Amino acid sequence: MKHKAMRLLMAVAAFAAAMAALPARAVEISFYYPIAVSGPLTKIIEGMVADFEKANPGITVKPIYSGNYGETLAKALTANKSGQPPQVAVLVASDALTVIDEDAVAPMENFVKTADDKAWLDGFFPALMMNGRYEGKTYGVPFQRSTQVMYWNKAAFKEAGLDPNRPPANWDELVEYGKKLTVKDASGKVTRWGLIIPSGVTSHWFLQGFTTQNRAKLTNDSGTETYLNTPEAIEALQFWVDLSRKYQVMQPGIIDTGAAPNEFIDGRAAIMFHSTGNLTNVKNNAKFDFGVAMLPERKQRGSATGGGSIYIFKKSTPEQLDASFKFVKWMTSAEQAARWSIGTGYVAGRQDAWNLPVMKKYAQDFPPAAVALQQLPYCAPEFSTHDGPRTTKALEDAIDASITGTKTPAKALADAQAEATRILRSYKR
Amino acid sequence: MTDRSSDDVQSPWVGWALFLPAAAFLAAFTYYPAIATLIESLFSNAKAGRAARFVGLDNYAAMIDDPIFWNALANNAWFALGTIPASIGLAIGMALLVNRALPGRALVRMSYFAPTILAMVAVANIWLFIFAPQIGLLNMATAWLGLAPHNWLGQPSTALASVTAVAIWKEAGFFMIFYLAALQNMPANLAEAAAIEGASRWYYFWKVTFPLLMPTTLFVLVNAVVNAFRLVDHIIVMTKGGPDNASMLLLYYIYEVGFKYWDTSYAAAMSMVLLAILGAVAIGQFLILDRRTHYR
Repeated sequence: MKHKAMRLLMAVAAFAAAMAALPARAVEISFYYPIAVSGPLTKIIEGMVADFEKANPGITVKPIYSGNYGETLAKALTANKSGQPPQVAVLVASDALTVIDEDAVAPMENFVKTADDKAWLDGFFPALMMNGRYEGKTYGVPFQRSTQVMYWNKAAFKEAGLDPNRPPANWDELVEYGKKLTVKDASGKVTRWGLIIPSGVTSHWFLQGFTTQNRAKLTNDSGTETYLNTPEAIEALQFWVDLSRKYQVMQPGIIDTGAAPNEFIDGRAAIMFHSTGNLTNVKNNAKFDFGVAMLPERKQRGSATGGGSIYIFKKSTPEQLDASFKFVKWMTSAEQAARWSIGTGYVAGRQDAWNLPVMKKYAQDFPPAAVALQQLPYCAPEFSTHDGPRTTKALEDAIDASITGTKTPAKALADAQAEATRILRSYKR
Repeated sequence: MTDRSSDDVQSPWVGWALFLPAAAFLAAFTYYPAIATLIESLFSNAKAGRAARFVGLDNYAAMIDDPIFWNALANNAWFALGTIPASIGLAIGMALLVNRALPGRALVRMSYFAPTILAMVAVANIWLFIFAPQIGLLNMATAWLGLAPHNWLGQPSTALASVTAVAIWKEAGFFMIFYLAALQNMPANLAEAAAIEGASRWYYFWKVTFPLLMPTTLFVLVNAVVNAFRLVDHIIVMTKGGPDNASMLLLYYIYEVGFKYWDTSYAAAMSMVLLAILGAVAIGQFLILDRRTHYR
């Protein structure tokens, strides 16, 4: 018996020693990323991740495609609630308040230690940091940010007798050009609409183009109040509704957001408002010459910023948190931001990315890429409040009702304002 | 001393042991979640920095005040009214059609059954194309008939009808299989006797075939009712409940409230309502219809 116990003890001791002598396993972090625009984005992400792992041998990154922005948020928060969140995720910039309220994400200030880190955090465009800041801290840094831009079909312009190099500059010209560009066949059926502006998912973002141009502020800075039915906001929504119902330059009813780029590429609409993130897709697939410009102005130029920022989730080990910060810094560094921007059309979020020779050349050879950058000074942050998905739904229901003619914009926005006020009641201090 | 062999008497432990795996599954995936949901619906929503507290029927009161909930319930009632009779009727019709010798019968049966093997998400994407405003097949057909194009999914007046059509298309083939099997099990002498007596086809169907199909109809009816509340995959792909909640169904609203707004206690309250509706319908069906069903 004694021998048996002795041998068992020695075996355990040897095993423990062997385990201790093993080299430390690589830190593994998982990375949820959404795809919200058309194009082969998965390949680019996987290339970027592979390069990061080469430069950082102790870290393994698992990139996981997680659907669109809504699905990614749902997946990330579900995982967070079950105790196993991803370490890093790209979420839409306006979801910051939602993940902060769920106590899921860590502010970047927790990780910024060296002067180099501070220079990195300060290097982003202020316009793109608006949605990610809360109570003085920064929770999400720009990764795939965008603004709305106006794409126009130069061949269609020539056909309609318009100058192909001069896009509409303001709301009145937009209607005028739209009427000239709308083409009907012999039976009166429209074969090409003048405009296409999506009103499906994320319709609030497209409304914000009009409201920013009309100087209507929709929320306060702390996300506790909304101002949805000011006269300026109602005017903005009324103009959008009039485009299809009064001026008949756009297809009536709800227009699917994902289907809109194909409608433009296939020539069934001559002017498209959409994210600059579709730029590379349009460039690769449109068989006609096209131009990209800032949205037409009213009282001013304007759009909402959009797209995704990259967040670090709290519930990780200290090694994972360090690795996550390294990964985030790398993915948003000037070189990677330039690479991502050239591959997709999203706006590189920092000035030093645009200063790189490769970006300068790209902007020179392909001016449309710089339009979103030029529009940034006129941009407003994306609609974001506490309990954001709920208030956004109230606003989008109002947009739906107005565009389909079920309610007038004034009534629809008044109802949305009442609903949003009710939702935000418990957040006002 | 007589040896009491345990092989003579069936030990009760064997019975319990065989029952245990199924019981464990039922308890873990059906009874426990139902009770946990009921309990969660009586608490407020837990958020970071604010633990859940007992609020009794507050969530149910909020539910009664919520216009979108009533909208979803009404839409679901219309959806059920649209899908149940139509898919069952269509299934009986298709089964009767392919029951007799028909040239190309196997091909027809296969094409009727094809929607069943497709995933609902794939079906929804196919129908997205059919309903597309400018290039969609449906608008091409109506244009050929001389009617104006219509944005089927993008107008509140037709959104619910469109998603109902998709559900009917998906379900009818599945129910047809059960009816086909039942029809083929019907004794041939019944048809011969009816022919001798000079009964018309419709009379024969309504007085002989349909009553004998009642067990199948009961089974199919239960399935159809469950599907009327369960099928929301195509809503997720096609309309997301829009425009302006015109195609919002109860289960999809529960999903939105629970996983988009993270108001899990309110979602739990609505889940209890859904559970109560389905439970009441199931009890009603089995009590009322079972009495009138002739099982052979």
